Amino acid sequence: MDIKRRQFLKIAGLSTIAGLGAPAAFNLLLKGETSPVLHASSGGGAEASHEAAPTGVRLAMVIDQRVFDAKEGLAQKCTTACHTVHNVPNFGNKKDEIKWIFEVPFEKAFTNKSHYHKNEHLHDSSFLVLCNHCDNPPCVRACPTKATYKRKDGIVAMDYHRCIGCRFCMAACPYGMRSFNWRDPRPFIDKVTYNKEFPTRMRGVVEKCNFCVDRLARNLQPACVEACGNTGAMIFGDINDSHSEISKVLAENFTIQRKPALGTNPSVFYIV
Amino acid sequence: MYDGKYIIPGLIVFVALATFPIWKNMGNAGVAPNPEKPKGVTKCVEPAQYMRTSHMKLLDDWRDEVLRDGDRTPIEVDGVKYEKSLMNGCMKCHEDKKKFCDECHTYASVKPYCWDCHFLPKETF
Repeated sequence: MDIKRRQFLKIAGLSTIAGLGAPAAFNLLLKGETSPVLHASSGGGAEASHEAAPTGVRLAMVIDQRVFDAKEGLAQKCTTACHTVHNVPNFGNKKDEIKWIFEVPFEKAFTNKSHYHKNEHLHDSSFLVLCNHCDNPPCVRACPTKATYKRKDGIVAMDYHRCIGCRFCMAACPYGMRSFNWRDPRPFIDKVTYNKEFPTRMRGVVEKCNFCVDRLARNLQPACVEACGNTGAMIFGDINDSHSEISKVLAENFTIQRKPALGTNPSVFYIV
Repeated sequence: MYDGKYIIPGLIVFVALATFPIWKNMGNAGVAPNPEKPKGVTKCVEPAQYMRTSHMKLLDDWRDEVLRDGDRTPIEVDGVKYEKSLMNGCMKCHEDKKKFCDECHTYASVKPYCWDCHFLPKETF
């Protein structure tokens, strides 16, 4: 057979293009649409919509800032309760700090709200912030090992066994609610008050609030909510259940969320 | 071969020395691990043979069920309910890690990192 090098290359090139292009073209023409981009994510449809899940349990929290403003020290009490129950270490320095729930001023909590001429009580009060347990959590999408995942009841939880400490989730979280264990936390846990029923973490994993999944399983309220007692400063419950207390509170009050424009759909609401 | 009269005996001596531990322990399996069984309880959540070979698989399954599916239904054996938990389940009966876990883990030279995070019973750290 008499075939020139140039001809051979031409035919080979055309065949390659046809072979690669044909299936894609057929898919496109037969289905009449482009195939959806498959996210290599563990969000399980969380990213499908920016609307809140209309069905099923969705656990959420309302923080009533009016009560926290009126009762000095209550927020600190919540933080202490949480950090004790979950064996959160205290390194005693800002750099290594691990925080599950903590206080920040208005402008840090609500960065997209106007701070121009804000009223006096917003100026002075500090807001409790914690993981928002977003309905559309960016951290879950970022995690390469599925160490952080969204449960059916809306809680964004973590499996520390799987965490490789890449900190993608920390970069992904628009609220900065995740902390990294730069050091072994064990020696920095209060040896008097620590909770023997709950594990600690190890060096090199990220941690955050878990909405007290372990306590909820035992029919207890989250530790911070429990610390508030009957002050009504924090209300926890299922917002998809129209008869729950939290649904009533949400229906009766004007609430704000942190950075709602991002479409993460936070589950923590604030009454300011 | 040059200097064969030195090299070959040298090699023989070297091989003999290097394999000395094998010769010495020939036919001797060493001290078999004997993990201490909990007192007053005779039945574990699974048969002993399964626990011996696959307790790590069981723990992994428990972890995934509890954390991911939120399924914390306790395992019931002879009317006693056991939590699906290493700290709050297993270690309630197997109280002594040194006499139970370490016994085999040391023998098999495996170093699980359970205790980096989980507490030992009665641990003071």
